[in-house]
Amino acid sequence: MLNIKDLHASVDGKQILRGLNLEVKSGEVHAIMGPNGSGKSTLAQVLAGRDSFHVDGGSVDWDGKDLLALPAEERAREGLFLAFQYPVEIPGVSNAYFLKAAVNAVRRHRQLPELDAMDFLKRVKAEMKAVGMREEFLYRSVNEGFSGGEKKRNEVLQMALLEPKLAVLDETDSGLDIDALRIVADGVNRLRSPDRSMIVITHYQRLLDYIVPDKVHVLSGGRIVHSGGPELALELEQRGYAWIADAAKAGGDSQTAVGAPGGGAAR
Amino acid sequence: MSAVTNKLDTFLDREYEAGFVTEVESDTIPKGLSEDTIRLISARKGEPAFMLEWRLQAYRRWLTMTEPAWAQVHYPKIDFQDIVYYSAPKKKTDGPKSLDEVDPELLRTYEKLGVPLHERARLAGVAVDAVFDSVSVATTFKKQLGEHGIIFCSFSEAVKEHPELVQKYLGSVVPQGDNFYAALNSAVFSDGSFVYIPKGVKCPMELSTYFRINARDTGQFERTLIIADEGASVSYLEGCTAPMRDENQLHAAVVELVAMDDAHIKYSTVQNWYPGDKDGVGGIYNFVTKRGDCRGPRSRISWTQVETGSAITWKYPSVILRGDDSVGEFHSVALSNHRQQADTGTKMIHIGRNTRSTILSKGISAGHGSNTYRGLVRITPKAVGARNYTQCDSLLIGDKCAAHTFPTVEVRHPSAQVEHEATTSRIGEDQLFYAMQRGLSAEDAVSMIVSGFCREVFKELPMEFAVEAQNLLGVSLEGSIG
Repeated sequence: MLNIKDLHASVDGKQILRGLNLEVKSGEVHAIMGPNGSGKSTLAQVLAGRDSFHVDGGSVDWDGKDLLALPAEERAREGLFLAFQYPVEIPGVSNAYFLKAAVNAVRRHRQLPELDAMDFLKRVKAEMKAVGMREEFLYRSVNEGFSGGEKKRNEVLQMALLEPKLAVLDETDSGLDIDALRIVADGVNRLRSPDRSMIVITHYQRLLDYIVPDKVHVLSGGRIVHSGGPELALELEQRGYAWIADAAKAGGDSQTAVGAPGGGAAR
Repeated sequence: MSAVTNKLDTFLDREYEAGFVTEVESDTIPKGLSEDTIRLISARKGEPAFMLEWRLQAYRRWLTMTEPAWAQVHYPKIDFQDIVYYSAPKKKTDGPKSLDEVDPELLRTYEKLGVPLHERARLAGVAVDAVFDSVSVATTFKKQLGEHGIIFCSFSEAVKEHPELVQKYLGSVVPQGDNFYAALNSAVFSDGSFVYIPKGVKCPMELSTYFRINARDTGQFERTLIIADEGASVSYLEGCTAPMRDENQLHAAVVELVAMDDAHIKYSTVQNWYPGDKDGVGGIYNFVTKRGDCRGPRSRISWTQVETGSAITWKYPSVILRGDDSVGEFHSVALSNHRQQADTGTKMIHIGRNTRSTILSKGISAGHGSNTYRGLVRITPKAVGARNYTQCDSLLIGDKCAAHTFPTVEVRHPSAQVEHEATTSRIGEDQLFYAMQRGLSAEDAVSMIVSGFCREVFKELPMEFAVEAQNLLGVSLEGSIG
């Protein structure tokens, strides 16, 4: 489904991803963990196609398409969804208007009839109920004045409405209290399906108590340095990241030829 | 054609050189400005003597004045002798003969503007004439409006049919010597609209005029005068477009509004004069004086403007709050894209007791555009209990544009309450990316963000104008994203 090979990327001339490999099959949920500065968010932004992140090498095959060749809006319409770590505020634009515009942009691309106001409201209200958002949020400006938890719920709401094939959740758990975390995780779990893949990026293990991944990867120094099952997350929680980064540096992994140290592994 | 036209024909020495029969029918006078030009214009329009005298007075005044230089706009010196001061509708004498020959960019522009097909067909004939247009509109409704005692006609007609009203009110809000361009307008104005709403009458329909500059090298100097007598109310709409030309053209209009006791005037403008091309070649110099006089107690004047066109806009629709408890409002969206420059704002002059004013200004700068808000709130010593609220927001798109705010507040009475809020924001790369990650195109994303920014002003516009304004912003912003 998604096959990332030897991906290199930089921001402002600074190399962040240094040969990342990752394969995510249809229906799978992969967690990507790693210390701050390891490149987790960069991976999310590169997949979503943000201009300021420069791809220096490697390839990303997505259902036979060259993902990196598509502009950001095309990727979105094809079914790539990024739940933002810091959802952006758009003053003066109502959430309802924004959501409807997004839903219909995606539907047009998929050659589905656009939803009219009535159908859209019906759908959106049902989904809002599921993520515990009050209706008034429809008529407020996009994310403006939303609390951290409300913003994240709004992301999950959008994900539900846009029905992506590949969802990338960038630290969706950051800044959430336990109740909000549970609601967001429930939302994500509801969306798990055999034809939808997810990449859940997180710094902490606790999200993975609620969203149980098929695989867990550790990102360090811009590469996946270790992969395992859900139990790996628990181990990381107990032992931290340093041991993996050290192990990776010590060799055994032929890719360690890169002389660069394990990035900000121990920051 | 009339006898006056024939006289004109002999006056014009270049008339025959092109050899087209239709050229003979043209009502274009030669370039240049002198007392003779003014006498010619007045004669051409068959005006009564008082009007000519008034014009000449204004002209003599103008000769003593200098062009204002304080605005935040830059342009080469205007040669006032190189302008045609009067040009009446021509028929198909020059330019494209069919739609196919019209510059496709021009065609697309009009298609996007949603100007109806017949409008486009007229454009193809090039002899499109706004004045003709507005006169015919006025004629259509004149009878119906007449039943209410409402006068809605071209200014030329008002001068002939209602000289007593014209004499009473003309220049009573914007005097001849008010400023350089108002003086010029007073001397040479060609046409415009005249509205009189009698006592106690609520105008049953929206009045509207669609201005178009068409002829080459011609300045447009229209004059609008609206009087709402005691207890009357009216909503007036004004739309403006101009064909694309490489030369800059001058548009120096004057609008005067008079609201008597308890009267209400709502004046909405969607201004889309040709702004010049991407490199700043061509476009209209829009140097306009608009002022309303809340002459009676409890009267109310609202200006709503959406300014997307013109190479340069220099315009400050103002309200003189003379009557006690009168209300002045100014709602504005001004967009400058490419090389456009806008220096616009308002003046609220509080004279009466308990007068209130609201200013809501939204400036959008894109490309190399420069947008300036310039405002004056003056609370005079007699204005007990006056209040003003001002909100000035600027939105920047890209990093080569500029926004400036020059608010002036003069308070001469301690009871005044004056509030001023200002914000400047930029359409961020993060906002764009967020919207695009949800499947929206960059253009749609920008236009959505801009509409959101302008929403408070758009809701002041009559419905159909709000839609047009929104579309216009979408069109005007095209190509502003790198």
